[in-house]
Amino acid sequence: MAIDVVVFFFILGVFARLVKSDLRLPEALYETLSIYLLLAIGLKGGIELSKQPLAALAPQVLACMALGFAIPFLLFPLLRLMRLAAADAAALGAHYGSVSVVTYAVATAALAREGIPFESHAALWVAVMEAPGLVAGILLARWAQRGAQAGGPRRAGGWGALAHDVLFGKSVLLLMGGLLIGALAGEAGTAPIKAVFVDPFKGVLALFLLELGLVAGGRLAEVKRFGAAVLVIGLAVPPLLALAGAGVGLALGLSTGGVAILATLAASASYIAAPTAMRIAVPEANAALSITAALGITFPFNIVIGIPLYINLARSLTA
Amino acid sequence: MIQKHPKTLLTVITEAVLEAALVRDLRELGAQGWTVAEVHGSGSEGTREGAWEADRTIEMKVICDAAIADAIAGHLLSTYSTNYSLVLYFSAVSVVRPDRY
Repeated sequence: MAIDVVVFFFILGVFARLVKSDLRLPEALYETLSIYLLLAIGLKGGIELSKQPLAALAPQVLACMALGFAIPFLLFPLLRLMRLAAADAAALGAHYGSVSVVTYAVATAALAREGIPFESHAALWVAVMEAPGLVAGILLARWAQRGAQAGGPRRAGGWGALAHDVLFGKSVLLLMGGLLIGALAGEAGTAPIKAVFVDPFKGVLALFLLELGLVAGGRLAEVKRFGAAVLVIGLAVPPLLALAGAGVGLALGLSTGGVAILATLAASASYIAAPTAMRIAVPEANAALSITAALGITFPFNIVIGIPLYINLARSLTA
Repeated sequence: MIQKHPKTLLTVITEAVLEAALVRDLRELGAQGWTVAEVHGSGSEGTREGAWEADRTIEMKVICDAAIADAIAGHLLSTYSTNYSLVLYFSAVSVVRPDRY
């Protein structure tokens, strides 16, 4: 399977970083691109939602949420076996339990290029999979801390603040908002904005991946700091979780493309929502460790090697 | 010559995720105003480039009475310094309208 063109932009970004180029995307552009991608992904899924009965999607939504919630519990004992501190194991679990929207976008681009159809409302799965993993990670961290003295440093926010930040944070708000707008307006209603939100999508994704390449390239230096453990986590965890995601996809009776997407979502790690939520809710966890694994290793692995693997896995499982 | 009044400027440099919590703390401890800017830099805990959303750093400036600045600094140190990057320093400043701070 050939590498998708958008992935080359990511590699260019990593290269620019490694050779210490002065290339840097302006902050405002980065913000704009991420808002655009989230809205466009939501809209696209929403248009498809308008074509089908919502009740039929309930099992998929519940299964996706359960999968996201279960991942930290699955990873926690494995990471503890690697002698990671409980807080670090819980925070890493949350990163993998939550999802990466850009990884999803690259997977859909790869499927489209291969001509493999997939459930076009898949954006809904992304939207509901962001939060459960974060909640599970925090529960694990609190559980591991039970009995620790209550006189420790105060936390910056409770569950209420976390719920607010996750549910009304930019990514879930824009994804859900886009889904809703797409579902309400339908194909005909969204036709006038198609030229902005649908047609240029892949070009914008390429530009955003260039930026993420710069950021991920910057994390590579950190890999040395954490040594082999972070490499093992960043490379071994995604295929393992992809198997779990593919299993859930099969159980739901999804198409080949759908199984590949769910495998990709399970394998992906959040590097925007999760680090922020974990900094607030589990401040004792080492943030650099989680980010290095999620963004420095797992994200590049997934978009360059993982996604083609997961597509082949889905093909062989649904053949 | 214009009349000047002594006040304390407390500057706090820390992780952007703490902004909402810090604003709450400042209000509770009696600060009347503050200014926040996004910054990036390097320190004993490593480099914070602000390259993407989860890596941002803020600089918060509060002008207030010396006692309030002390209370804020004490609270921030005991609450956040264990787990977060935190830089604090005091400067003596002169203001012309002391009732505003």
